[in-house]
Amino acid sequence: MAGFLLRRLLNYLVLIVVATSLAYMLAASALNPRSNYEGRNPPIPEKVIDARLSELNLNDQTPLVQRYLTWAGDVAHGDFGRTVAGGSVNDDLGRRVGVTLRLITVGVVLGSLTGVLVGAYAAVRQYGVFDRLATGASFAVLAIPTVVLANILIIGAVSFNELTGTQVFLVSGEETPGLEGDLLTQLVDRLRHLILPTLSLSLGLIAVYSRYQRNMMLDVLGADFVRTAMAKGLRRRTALVRHALRTALIPAVTYFAFTFGALLVGTTFTEKIFGWHGMGEWLVDSISTNDVNTVAAISCFAALAVLVASLASDVLHAVLDPRVRVG
Amino acid sequence: MSERDECRAGARFPGRLPLSQFQGLMARQERGGRHRRRALPVPAVTTGPVLEVTGLDVTFGTGPDAVHAVRGVSYAVRPGEVLGIVGESGSGKSVASLAVMGLLPPHARATGSVRLLGREILGATEKTLTAFRGKTISMVFQDPLSALTPVYRVGDQVAEAVRIHQRVSRQQAAKRAVELLDLVGIPNAAQRARAFPHEFSGGMRQRAVIAMAIANDPDVIICDEPTTALDVTIQAQVLEVLKRAQRETGAAIIMITHDLGIVAGFADRVMVIYAGRSVETGSVDDVYYRPRMPYTMGLLGSIPRLDTGGGRPLVPIAGSPPSPVALPPGCPFEPRCPIAVPACSEKEPALEPVDAPDHLAACVRAGEIEAEGWSPAEVYRVAEPQVPTEETASPVRPREEREVVLAVDGLTRHYPLMRGAVFRRRVGTVHAVDGISFDIREGETLGLVGESGCGKTTTLMEILELARPQHGTIVVLGHDTSALGARDRMAVRRDMQVVFQDPLASLDPRMTVYDIVAEPLRAHGFGNPGPRIQELLGLVGLDPGHAARYPQDFSGGQRQRIGIARALALEPRLVVLDEPVSALDVSIQAGVVNLLEDLKRRLGLSYLFVAHDLAVVRHIADRVAVMYLGRIAEIGGVGDVYDAPMHPYTQALLSAVPLPDPRRERSRRRVLLEGDLPSPAAPPSGCRFRTRCPLFRTLDETGQSRCVNEEPQVRPFGEDHGVSCHFAEKVEVV
Repeated sequence: MAGFLLRRLLNYLVLIVVATSLAYMLAASALNPRSNYEGRNPPIPEKVIDARLSELNLNDQTPLVQRYLTWAGDVAHGDFGRTVAGGSVNDDLGRRVGVTLRLITVGVVLGSLTGVLVGAYAAVRQYGVFDRLATGASFAVLAIPTVVLANILIIGAVSFNELTGTQVFLVSGEETPGLEGDLLTQLVDRLRHLILPTLSLSLGLIAVYSRYQRNMMLDVLGADFVRTAMAKGLRRRTALVRHALRTALIPAVTYFAFTFGALLVGTTFTEKIFGWHGMGEWLVDSISTNDVNTVAAISCFAALAVLVASLASDVLHAVLDPRVRVG
Repeated sequence: MSERDECRAGARFPGRLPLSQFQGLMARQERGGRHRRRALPVPAVTTGPVLEVTGLDVTFGTGPDAVHAVRGVSYAVRPGEVLGIVGESGSGKSVASLAVMGLLPPHARATGSVRLLGREILGATEKTLTAFRGKTISMVFQDPLSALTPVYRVGDQVAEAVRIHQRVSRQQAAKRAVELLDLVGIPNAAQRARAFPHEFSGGMRQRAVIAMAIANDPDVIICDEPTTALDVTIQAQVLEVLKRAQRETGAAIIMITHDLGIVAGFADRVMVIYAGRSVETGSVDDVYYRPRMPYTMGLLGSIPRLDTGGGRPLVPIAGSPPSPVALPPGCPFEPRCPIAVPACSEKEPALEPVDAPDHLAACVRAGEIEAEGWSPAEVYRVAEPQVPTEETASPVRPREEREVVLAVDGLTRHYPLMRGAVFRRRVGTVHAVDGISFDIREGETLGLVGESGCGKTTTLMEILELARPQHGTIVVLGHDTSALGARDRMAVRRDMQVVFQDPLASLDPRMTVYDIVAEPLRAHGFGNPGPRIQELLGLVGLDPGHAARYPQDFSGGQRQRIGIARALALEPRLVVLDEPVSALDVSIQAGVVNLLEDLKRRLGLSYLFVAHDLAVVRHIADRVAVMYLGRIAEIGGVGDVYDAPMHPYTQALLSAVPLPDPRRERSRRRVLLEGDLPSPAAPPSGCRFRTRCPLFRTLDETGQSRCVNEEPQVRPFGEDHGVSCHFAEKVEVV
């Protein structure tokens, strides 16, 4: 198993290098940081712009290969370079990852858990009232784009706040700026900010996971081993949880790891709409500001996240399912 | 089972269980008198029945679409008794047993009465049922491959069965699980208990399921087709384990199967079920030797027998079982019954005693059958084997003078075992077929038999591919396949056609029968296939008027006939048949087998008949080749091989096939093979069979080292009989 993981990691390292390099090339050739300085009033002298761009390793007069090598040398030392504004990409990256993690962790865990439970129960009561409601609701959520869903949630929350006259839900940002108080007050404030984006994230995940888990569960419900478990004298419910759900859970758990990795850079809409300054928002912003280094850094991080997630899903799969363990 | 086998079996289950652990078990055995000899057809047990089923009805769905799967089935089993329930697929035999266990799906309704140890359990609360399930009544299911939860260790699953009903610690339960696994003959039980189900072979998994079933010393064990998914030598092992389990627990066994051979050797009483109803029941001897219901007669007549050769045509039952949605008003068998009278269609006959008090049959003419002493052949008016007339009989030329239609010499097919995703490398070789040779002459049927994994299907696929084999040569109708060009290959294909195992999967559901049969004709450029298709459908016994229908409108046997018609469309000379009847019920199978024999005689065909059912092969084949792990163990004329098998594997294989004849079956000596088929990726050195060979064990050291070091080649014995064993000897086993 250790050898298998080591080999896998080596493969991933190669993949990350390739993906990040390609992303850098693409960003460096498609984005034009020079335009950030052009068209200003008063116009900035060409020389000054060149000097500034060269300082940031963004000068399009320098051959792409040379820029790439400079950039790659820095990255090899753990330095992703500087943003167009001159700040350190590394610092931004650390902060942004923290924000995204705080945003999605609860949402992803809550969403997948609820989704699995909803799906499993819907499968057990196939064509029952719950199943039909869950199916209808999931398809409705799946059909609504995140933008619309998030805005519906905001509208609902705001009218709730107005109705009750209290600010239960806070719709923008991660925390109230300048709020003073002890740790508990800070925490409650953060939670009130977290509720809506979490809801928006987890609703989508519940919809996906419940459909997925329902199908997986239906596959094993009629399986012979569930019947064997009941023939041993287990109650139906115990047999369903211990034998059917345990087996049907494997794909959902591996999918969970993957979702988590993908969402680290993939919650652009949620972040934008709720004003969380996380990775997804950063990616869009950095593209619009022609921030080549940042785009490359985010791509590198995304590649890392996806590959680590897929490694985690492989490991989880092997832990959960003895059939895939090799020698 | 002879004394010697008994000893050997005892030796294979080393640790007899510590007595202190089995006080309850011993008490029961004393109470029930466990060592009842099988020689007594009627059990001399006076205690009341442990399980009594009365008027069991099971309905799926409601309203006009309701399906009555089981209709008024009643039976009772006494302690230690074995009741065989026999029926074809869809007869309701499995549904009835699930109803007894309370494991029917939610949309099924069961009514009637099921009394277990005097207590009504049909419709009881889940609490009551779970207290009984696994403890008083347990079940062994058909498919061992899916009966165990894949993610738990086998030992833990057995221990779970113990812990549900006994207040024991986790360690005690684990220990008990190991003892149980040992009892059912799993070698190295302590270590194997930690394995996962996918690391067990089918036979081993079924043993584990049996271990679970006897974990709590049940009073009744329901076995639902426990050996249907297993190979015949493994089936013999598992049946032996079941007998042993019964001896240890003194339980009554309900053996549900479609195999009349298993029931003959295993059961005390038998119930024949048709269209959800019991149509005949009685002691095994009464039902097998004095059947009084035409359906039972038909079943007995339709099975090919291992102990009687060809020549005797099988007795097919016309038509197919009625759909449970639209049962005929009277006797459900009336539409297929050869001796039906108008009274049959008026009302369903009741199950009434015939000659013996506990022999019941549901037939209005049962009395007549008894009085006249009609045999199945008389009831079914089987024509005497036709004396070949001048025209029909192909001139029986000696084998050497007939043309060779297929010659296979030293055929080898190895598959590489690869590992790794980026850097793929070969880590081993699967020796699927490893140097086999045989030939088929004109007008001859060669049966290729062997258990799953022996390479028979690979052989067939290699032949059908008409390409250069990895090693050896294949000569089809005089053409060496390694020298064939595309045009020649097309021409050879015309003369060699194939019929596949699964009749539904091998017919395109979106094509009409006409298009299916016309396809080979069109592919080979025949214009206007119409008249030929009419002729072909008539030839295989289908109504030519049904040509516009789709495959799903036909029953299994009829679909296979469509497949045969397609194979015959181009007037081939050689037909390759891959398990053509194994997916069919016995009564249907007989018709297809008869058709194949008839076609061969009329059209002068040659068959390569690949099958695992030795009885069918004995019936249809002229010569037979027995394969084991990619090699031919024995080859020769059917009479030679079946009556005087010389290879120890053939002997074991033949002796493992149960005969549908209770007296002979009880008195037979079984050659039980140990263990499972070795992996074809790592076949044993020298003789591949030596790891399981009973003869190998009796040899002295020099003999054994010869088997280990020297691979036996097929040696000729007699005129047409070859055996690949260094120490071949003749033994009569059937």
